[in-house]
Amino acid sequence: MIIDINFVGLIIASIMASAVPLILASCGELITERSGVLNLGVEGMMIIGAISGFALMTITGSLIIAVFGAMLAGVLISTIFAFLTQTLITNHVATGLALTIFGIGISAMIGKNFVGIPGKEFPVLFEGLKDTIPLLSPILFGHSIVFYFAFALPFITSYFLKKTKIGLIVRAVGDSPESASNQGINVRLVRYACILYGGAMCGLAGAYLSMIYTPQWIENMTGGRGWIALALVVFSTWNPIKILIGALIFGGLTIIQFHMQAIGVRIPVQFLTALPYIVTIIVLVVISRDSRKIRLSTPSSLGKSFHKDN
Amino acid sequence: MHKFLIRSFVSSLVLLFTLTVAAIAKDVKAAFVYIGPTGDHGWTYQHDVGRKAVEAAGFKTTYVEGVPESADAERVLRQLANSGHDIIFTTSFGYMNPTNKVAKEFPNVKFEHATGYKREHPNVATYAARFYEGRTILGTIAGTMTKSNVIGYVASFPIPEVIRGINSFTLAAQKVNPNIKTKIVWAFTWYDPGKEAEAAKALIDQGADVIAQHTDSTAIVQMAEKAGVYAFGQASDMDKFAPKAVLTSVENNWGPYYVDRVKAVANGTWNQKDTWHGIGDGMVVISGLDSQMPSDLQAKVKKLQADLASGKVHSFTGPIYDQKGNLMVAEGKTADDGMLAGMMTYVKGVEGDIPK
Repeated sequence: MIIDINFVGLIIASIMASAVPLILASCGELITERSGVLNLGVEGMMIIGAISGFALMTITGSLIIAVFGAMLAGVLISTIFAFLTQTLITNHVATGLALTIFGIGISAMIGKNFVGIPGKEFPVLFEGLKDTIPLLSPILFGHSIVFYFAFALPFITSYFLKKTKIGLIVRAVGDSPESASNQGINVRLVRYACILYGGAMCGLAGAYLSMIYTPQWIENMTGGRGWIALALVVFSTWNPIKILIGALIFGGLTIIQFHMQAIGVRIPVQFLTALPYIVTIIVLVVISRDSRKIRLSTPSSLGKSFHKDN
Repeated sequence: MHKFLIRSFVSSLVLLFTLTVAAIAKDVKAAFVYIGPTGDHGWTYQHDVGRKAVEAAGFKTTYVEGVPESADAERVLRQLANSGHDIIFTTSFGYMNPTNKVAKEFPNVKFEHATGYKREHPNVATYAARFYEGRTILGTIAGTMTKSNVIGYVASFPIPEVIRGINSFTLAAQKVNPNIKTKIVWAFTWYDPGKEAEAAKALIDQGADVIAQHTDSTAIVQMAEKAGVYAFGQASDMDKFAPKAVLTSVENNWGPYYVDRVKAVANGTWNQKDTWHGIGDGMVVISGLDSQMPSDLQAKVKKLQADLASGKVHSFTGPIYDQKGNLMVAEGKTADDGMLAGMMTYVKGVEGDIPK
């Protein structure tokens, strides 16, 4: 088989496109977790974003309203989680799981009238430059704005956490809410903001699936990607750049195993389909071996409820 | 006081009488048990379209969606049988044993199980559709329309239904174009739009210019539309999702059968049987043919459709060889239903191995 350089570019581009929802959801959840809150409702928030985006696009015809509406829907549903866990001090794990079940259920209910409707075409940027540079052109040009945003996000997130004052506050709240509170930081407010931000990013990830990646609505269309995003956050040891690497490996192997099947590589198909999961975990574990660094980036108070009075 | 008692006694008698009359003259009530959500726009969605046809024919219907193929199914079936349903359609293979078990307890309720083969009690019937006939037509179109001679096929799970479809498709494609190669990619899902789109994209990048699918979502035809290759709709007419890519769709049309069977219960003519209907009986429907297909191909397809319907042409007519070259069906013979039902080997010309 002759390997055409543009063919390689096309494969890389489709790998990147498949990684977008994982990067968005993981980076959103990362901020939530760095503030000490474990929100297992990623899948639920994504599916709410998916139906909200699709429904708003169908009703209003405006892609801008749809995209921001999906993010707002993510914010709204995560507000429920924030209220329960921060104001009523409920258990993070149980509340997060409930959020996922709630999201899947309510999206199916809203979505009843949107099944079987084709989506709209989402505009892409720099399409004219698509054939200019071999290999790089398909990777760099002709994608939606959400695509470019997703690949900038890990770097923005990393800068935000390391270099900005608010980033430092978020980390302080996640590591030791008591100390942060003694410093005069409103722990509850910071955590609320981080949960809502996570909701917005998960909403956007869902909208990407239902509006850009596969423009349609069907029930359960997120297909467990929320759980993979959650796992990526943990296996990347709360490092946004490693999330990017993990999402690309996961997306890459999913696509490459299909190519291997199509070429006719004689490896059991079940093994090929399991490959993305196995390799992503192995690679992330290997690149995150430095226990000192893990300690630095792990939010020490993750999942623990914080009461101002105690 | 006495007056009041008598009045209430009389009125309850009247009420009781009305209820009894209503019960005797009541309409036949049909129930449907679905494996997935009605919003899947695929398998369950099409069954629900059939249910709506039963409603339109003037019968009351109920449905329960997302019923697991486990002890839960028995519980749901018992509940439906207990709550006055006269006929219950169980629309997934895995309901086979629960259906038969519950049917024994409710001899007066009719049970109809889709895609199964067990009819242990006189009140259990089975039904399925010969989708492979539709795939013979798709194969004929694919073999004619391909320019790269590479045809992509996104498959779900290695079960006889899917293998039969791949074989039927490939045999038909080879007949019109001996040079074609069918590349198969297993997605191991019935519907996951993202994964299906990725599988289709991989096949397109590998040079396939016609994509067939045995998964349920519309993601594949949309991907084909984006890439400028041809595709076929699955389960329902998917033309509006990809007007340029979709050449035709194979539709699952359960409505007429469902209406027939519910009417049979109403008339008292319901009987146990095993139904395996194809194009001829209208259970498998070929959607409108796309105008991009040359007129001689359209004519050929129409004729093939008519011949499959009349039984003049059979999708599996010998000689058929397996991948190793062993004879599966002798020249002039056709595969019998037993062989079709258990088909777990690829015919010659299909690449790769069946995942075990």
